[in-house]
Amino acid sequence: MDLQTLTYLVVGATFALYIAIAFKSKARSTGDFYVAGKNVHPIANGMATAADWMSAASFLSMAGLIAFLGYDGSVYLMGWTGGYVLLALLLAPYLRKFGKFTVPEFIGDRYYSQTARVVAVICLIVISFTYVAGQMRGVGIVFSRFLSIPIELGLIVGMAIVFLYAVLGGMKGITYTQVAQYCVLIFAYTLPAVFISFQVTGNPIPQLAFGSEVAPGVSLLEKLDQIVTDLGFAEYTSGTKSTIDVFFITLALMVGTAGLPHVLVRFFTVPKVRDARASAAWALLFIAVLYTTAPSVGALARLNLTTTIQRSPVGTENANMVYAERPEWFRTWEDTGLLRVNDLNNDGKVQYYNDTDPDFAPRAKAMGWKGNELTVDRDIIVLANPEIAGLPDWVIAFVAAGGIAAALSTAAGLLLVISAAVSHDLAKSVFARSLSDRAELRVGRISAGVAILLAGYLGYNPPGFVAQVVALAFGLAAASLFPAILLGIFSMRVNREGAIAGMLTGLLFTMGYIVYFKGIFIEPLAENIAANWLFGISPEGIGAVGMILNFTVSLIVSAATKKPPEGVRVMVQSIRVPRSN
Amino acid sequence: MNSNSYWRDNLRLIGICLIVWFTCSYGFGVLLVDELNRIQFAGFKLGFWFAQQGSIYVFLVLIFFYAHRMASIDKKHDVDED
Repeated sequence: MDLQTLTYLVVGATFALYIAIAFKSKARSTGDFYVAGKNVHPIANGMATAADWMSAASFLSMAGLIAFLGYDGSVYLMGWTGGYVLLALLLAPYLRKFGKFTVPEFIGDRYYSQTARVVAVICLIVISFTYVAGQMRGVGIVFSRFLSIPIELGLIVGMAIVFLYAVLGGMKGITYTQVAQYCVLIFAYTLPAVFISFQVTGNPIPQLAFGSEVAPGVSLLEKLDQIVTDLGFAEYTSGTKSTIDVFFITLALMVGTAGLPHVLVRFFTVPKVRDARASAAWALLFIAVLYTTAPSVGALARLNLTTTIQRSPVGTENANMVYAERPEWFRTWEDTGLLRVNDLNNDGKVQYYNDTDPDFAPRAKAMGWKGNELTVDRDIIVLANPEIAGLPDWVIAFVAAGGIAAALSTAAGLLLVISAAVSHDLAKSVFARSLSDRAELRVGRISAGVAILLAGYLGYNPPGFVAQVVALAFGLAAASLFPAILLGIFSMRVNREGAIAGMLTGLLFTMGYIVYFKGIFIEPLAENIAANWLFGISPEGIGAVGMILNFTVSLIVSAATKKPPEGVRVMVQSIRVPRSN
Repeated sequence: MNSNSYWRDNLRLIGICLIVWFTCSYGFGVLLVDELNRIQFAGFKLGFWFAQQGSIYVFLVLIFFYAHRMASIDKKHDVDED
């Protein structure tokens, strides 16, 4: 059977599974639709959270990002896992005890204000839409690359699947499909990693292969450091970002993770407060399987790729790969355009080096090199791994199914919080308080449907800024929702005025800074370089500064205005303890 | 009122966990990374290992530890859900 048929079979089988689950777990009430009836086992919820959280970017792009960033890639590893500590300790148990349906609902109740609730809804919608557009794009790309069908058709198939289980099953439906999707994606991710680890280092466990020897007395990372610096690249284990920038990007990603609405809402679905804490631990365990494997895959792939091109030390005879003798996988990926060779000096060989490094330039010139000849798309690291390792076709088919599972599970989670915000926080509480449970469920389903269409449209016609808004989504979550929720639990004194002023300050500051350097809708106002940045902090890390501003403004404004009413005190007392006497 | 002493116990535990959280990620993985990189650890520079592996393991242990400890603190103050 050829690869394409096999891929159709595997992907088709996973789709059939998701749809079967959707029909089995149809939502019958708003409670089912928003929070899966608060009846999800903490381990199942942990798995669903992991699938919800790990997006197309985590699955397809992160290892490649790390492979080319080296130490600087640590910001993603620490940033996208450390947030779970904040979630488990500071937010999840109390939101579960609060016991209603949505994050804006908590903010509206705690700050006794419809305005606060609407501000929270706006933050939520901006954060979630920017995210979901990228997911739909990911679905389309995987379809077109592995199944050779046009991106549009891939998108439509993806939308139809999400539509089925998100609209029918609501939270209940997506929870159990996410459990299945986690199993598919983690299997697809770890299997090639195990094989590559074994081939390169003799140790099959990627986390250990990462520190193993590749030659007697030479560890993988030592070899990698030596090879890449020989070619003028930055040392793999050191990186180039400034310490303050690494610090703030990590902080913004961590706090942003803890403030993302589609992750927060997952902790509303477990039966007890104790389960919410346990569930966060399980979620991180399931996430850590991928997140501790990714850096190892990154390093191994960088070594593999570099030594494929640069076969022996720089300057020795026949050190560079002869283009006509390139390996089979190299040809396959050239066809997709993800690998490109341009023989600048017409010597029939490929040179891959850092042609912007002034120290290396004289050597390159002496050897007759006229610039770097290889362009590599980062996504190739995960996608091409099974082929580089020479694994059978069914593994490659699983990688395709895993990429689609990662994108679909995240997209469904995001679409659901958008629809809940529209039907529960806007329709029910602002426009039509008398809405019956059944009517609200219908509004929820319709808004989920509309959100899917809109997301599909954005995935097909990505506005130029989609790539840039990832920073925006995390920055906004860190700077707007996180402080408002945290203060709502840990302070009795912070009041409506403080929270609204804080959220708006964080939101506008962060958005303003990112637009200033990255130019969303407008041209950037300043060049995005370290010399122009505030305290040397890049737009990716500015959400952490927005968060600090939010905290400061909330506390000062609250101190200057009058205390919250007595009812709020009672509410906060009650969410702080699992069972009130 | 026992909910005040319950809350104090909780805050103390959160404080301890967050100190460890900060030290192992921002401390060892970012601020002190160059110093720790002079130490070799199982084929890694130690600072690099904390940034790409160790911090994640620490996070994981921390959350399980917190969930476990809180369950007994809940019981001690008679606010557990059983």
